[in-house]
Amino acid sequence: MKIVMIKYNAGNVQSLKYALERIGITPVISDEPGEILSADKIIFPGVGEASSAMKYLKEKGLDEIIQQVSQPFLGICLGMQLMCSHSEENDTPCLGIFPEKVKLFKSTDSSQKIPQIGWNNIRDLKSDLFKNISDNSYSYFVHSYFADLGSDTIATSDYCGAYSSALHKQNFYGVQFHPEKSASVGESILKNFINL
Amino acid sequence: MKKESLYRNSVILSIKTNSIKMLTKRIIPCLDIKDGRTVKGTNFVDLRDAGDPVELAAMYAEQGADELVFLDITATNEKRKTLAALVDRIAHRINIPFTVGGGISSVDDVRVLLDHGADKISVNTSAFKNPDLINNLASEFGSQCVVLAIDTKQHDDGEWYVYLNGGRLATPTTCLDWAKEGVLRGAGEILLTSMDHDGTKQGFAKEITGLVSRNVSVPVIASGGGGKAEHFAEILHGYADAALAASIFHFREVDIPDLKTYLDKQGIPVRKNI
Repeated sequence: MKIVMIKYNAGNVQSLKYALERIGITPVISDEPGEILSADKIIFPGVGEASSAMKYLKEKGLDEIIQQVSQPFLGICLGMQLMCSHSEENDTPCLGIFPEKVKLFKSTDSSQKIPQIGWNNIRDLKSDLFKNISDNSYSYFVHSYFADLGSDTIATSDYCGAYSSALHKQNFYGVQFHPEKSASVGESILKNFINL
Repeated sequence: MKKESLYRNSVILSIKTNSIKMLTKRIIPCLDIKDGRTVKGTNFVDLRDAGDPVELAAMYAEQGADELVFLDITATNEKRKTLAALVDRIAHRINIPFTVGGGISSVDDVRVLLDHGADKISVNTSAFKNPDLINNLASEFGSQCVVLAIDTKQHDDGEWYVYLNGGRLATPTTCLDWAKEGVLRGAGEILLTSMDHDGTKQGFAKEITGLVSRNVSVPVIASGGGGKAEHFAEILHGYADAALAASIFHFREVDIPDLKTYLDKQGIPVRKNI
């Protein structure tokens, strides 16, 4: 099976690559449209800032490639946020695969730090991506922006209110947390994606 | 509109019924590394060997540690190469986040470590001497991977001051001022070590940790003084977002699963049943 991780200017791809290797997958890391479109499954990682990431994707023509893919496609963290319609991070129009909008956390008391860093529950799980994952399992999050709840929400978490910790529409999946850093829960989610 | 009000109701419901479902407090074992091996001193001297860092790290991950910190105190020319090789081994094996620190002084140093699989890096003396380093790291790699480590000690005037070079060099800057400046410059977390408490096993420094935590917008990791489960409960109850310790974990004086069970009973949200 050919798994391609999309290479662009926002991503600490190494930990994801190693996480895939731990479950027996050797991913191809590429920004070549031909390579991406020939994959069995595509992973779109992302750690960074939305507007510079979108600018880079457009320059490389990757925005259009991503919108075209018909294979199972998984965005992680910023990757998921870029698949939404718009991000408040530097007022950035995004890929629009998911209609949900990405907003900045607003803390309701001083003990709620931004970014959210650490392990939080994922609940109301409803997708094969979460096969054999029990409600309220813990996943590792690092983010200041979040996707709204909406029709594509397949997992919910709470921080300064409820938000989408995962989204799904057709072949497109997105997770806000980092499965590659979420211990055995994360490994199971990556395996589930590979087995979709 | 209907949908929105439905969601609002579900939020309220979830707060009522799932009040314990939330971001958890983190327990972070710290591994001091020299020449690729784990060491831990008491008050920064008297180093002892506690084994292979990768094996130890894997054990902690299995026990339910939430993150790991590796602090490299190697001072040889080979340091960069051996550290990168170690980070690579750790990243292959460990499925939880980890931070690497110790003598990191440039954007290039950080790039090498991140390219080998580190999730975050911590800077201390180099950032104090060249504060723009924090800005540069944050803009190059994002705040989420920049941890500002601060060693601090209380003076007779009651103020807590920043110390450099592993606690050997005092500065006239207060811990609070430096923490605030570091966050403004882009640090994504503060790792605060009280030198007065480090190695004592008498409890964490609640006062200064709480003061910094209330005055910065980013998470604060308390370090220094954790000796038993009660100390973790004290500091995580409103003073810090995470607590770090080293030798008490290495020498099994505090067992991570037992610690989490205790914290849970004390009403502190922790990640269990992993």
